[in-house]
Amino acid sequence: MSLGLLFDSTRCIACGACSAACKEENGLPAEIEPRLTAYTWSVLEDHEGTPVRRLCMHCLDPTCVSVCPVGALHRSAEGAVVYDGERCIGCRYCMMACPFGVPKYQWDRAVPVVGKCTLCTRRLSAGQPTACAEACPTGATLFGDRDALLEDARQRLRAEPAKYVPHVYGEDEAGGTSVLLLSAVPFASLGYPANVPRAPLPMLTWQVLSKVPDFVTIAAGLLFGVHWITKRRDEVQAAARAADHAPEGGAP
Amino acid sequence: MSASAAFARLPARLSFWPLVCAVLVAALVPITVWRFTRGLGAATNLSDAFPWGLWIGFDVLCGVGLAAGAFTLTAVVHLLNLRRFEPIVRPALLTAFLGYVFVIVGLLFDLGQPWRIWHALIFWNPHSVMFEVAWCVMLYTTVLALEFSPAVFEKLGLRRPRRLLHLVMTPIVIAGVILSTLHQSSLGTLYLIVPSKLHPLWYTPLLPLLFYVSAIAAGLGMVILESHLSSRAFGRRLEMDLLEPLARAMVVLLGLYGLLRVMILRRNGALATLLDPGYEEWMFLLELVLGVLLPVGLLLVPTVRHHPRGLAVAAFLAVAGFLVNRLNVSVTGMERAANATYLPSWMEVAVSLGLVALGFATFAAAARYLPIFPDPGAHEES
Repeated sequence: MSLGLLFDSTRCIACGACSAACKEENGLPAEIEPRLTAYTWSVLEDHEGTPVRRLCMHCLDPTCVSVCPVGALHRSAEGAVVYDGERCIGCRYCMMACPFGVPKYQWDRAVPVVGKCTLCTRRLSAGQPTACAEACPTGATLFGDRDALLEDARQRLRAEPAKYVPHVYGEDEAGGTSVLLLSAVPFASLGYPANVPRAPLPMLTWQVLSKVPDFVTIAAGLLFGVHWITKRRDEVQAAARAADHAPEGGAP
Repeated sequence: MSASAAFARLPARLSFWPLVCAVLVAALVPITVWRFTRGLGAATNLSDAFPWGLWIGFDVLCGVGLAAGAFTLTAVVHLLNLRRFEPIVRPALLTAFLGYVFVIVGLLFDLGQPWRIWHALIFWNPHSVMFEVAWCVMLYTTVLALEFSPAVFEKLGLRRPRRLLHLVMTPIVIAGVILSTLHQSSLGTLYLIVPSKLHPLWYTPLLPLLFYVSAIAAGLGMVILESHLSSRAFGRRLEMDLLEPLARAMVVLLGLYGLLRVMILRRNGALATLLDPGYEEWMFLLELVLGVLLPVGLLLVPTVRHHPRGLAVAAFLAVAGFLVNRLNVSVTGMERAANATYLPSWMEVAVSLGLVALGFATFAAAARYLPIFPDPGAHEES
């Protein structure tokens, strides 16, 4: 089972209840900053009159999970991408790698950790919807099974094709995300990158990394072979030289 | 010896470079305190939009790359058995070892929680390039220490450990070559994960190969430069007969590298953008002209290659071009997608310079007290 959210920008009244609920649920400082930060995990942005939410996309095959050297990020059984601040060493590769620019850092702390939306993983485990979805008064943010939400989104596109751009953002971006978006204007104009590959990103590095064991084995054999040959060649040459000089040295 | 007596022994006039080094190293102390008490935000210009800056782009990417001369030369001497290059192996090993220490200290500044660096030992994620990088740093630093340790044993007159080490040197050298190959290429692999963020002038699936080849060329450039500098500093004869072949290897490597880059750009269509250059295009041209075309052109001329100064200038250009390349990949090429520009803070620059100064000072001290350079007076069998 993979749970997720569907955000329909056309139903959003920009009340900001989602962001406030997120702050309260996660015990974050009350001030809602204009951009995602380590202390603001969900924001409502206004792009020339079009409101759009910004939060972790909870990828089906998360880039951040694959790049973390100490496994401080993992994808839960419910589909939430969760961060473990106890393991994190602070290399910030997750921030570099995330195609949606989601993980943020506590730059102002001497002992910093990453901050990002957890899809209210504790509420999920208790069978509850995320705080943002529960707080939404218009149903612009819906919580549910990802497959069902995707079907719902497609249904809306079919029913009112004139109302939307014909794309469910997150359906196949980076291999698919658990947070899905619908909008009346192109997603690129809402700050959602259009050039994110459709295939999961972790494959890009895994196709190199997976060859490391074979490479080490073959390279070790090859280098030992080279060493063996060059050493042997020198020994043969030395022996030949000794043989050439032997008659002269033998009779002083 | 009392402090005042020690002070009296100082030369009346400290020469210029040691003084610069001392100032830079001394500046590390307050900056270190500031960085670790106030956090990364107070000390650096890093931000959520730009999480990796100078300490990754310069200290780590360049520090590792410029150490590549060591594994290349150990392979040439120990595996290809070209023993005549032996005299320049130890300085290259020392450069590499100091380079890796520089990388590790730089990382300790950059990591948010460096006291947890050992987590990489117990929490494994083989899917992470950073995990591979971490292990390569640890293992290859160890290998470099082992490869260099005969110089220390020699100085201390410890024959037993030297002989023991000599027995296992071949596997150690092979491990070093493999680890270096993995490490140099993995720094390029790090950036394979950002296809939508890194500018097309630099993003290519061949980044691991490009990082590997360019590091070997720049590493050889470093060997030439360091021979040149130390010959001037210590009044040694310059081993032109050994450095000139390295210069020819550089021509081949840089030539191939340059061709590869142009072919990649032709394929992904970015070549045409060079006709109407903007910020990224100019930075790319700077890197290609400075670090590839000029040194290859210069080193193709035999009179330049055989002249100590000509050789040093060409090697310097190759190294400088290498530095620009790594900073282009880590900074220039990432700025557009981040919708932000990044310039390091003065403290980031000071830390990097301070660590470089510390490296130079350590090299000078080691060259004075350890048998690094061949002693023309007393030749010793190794």
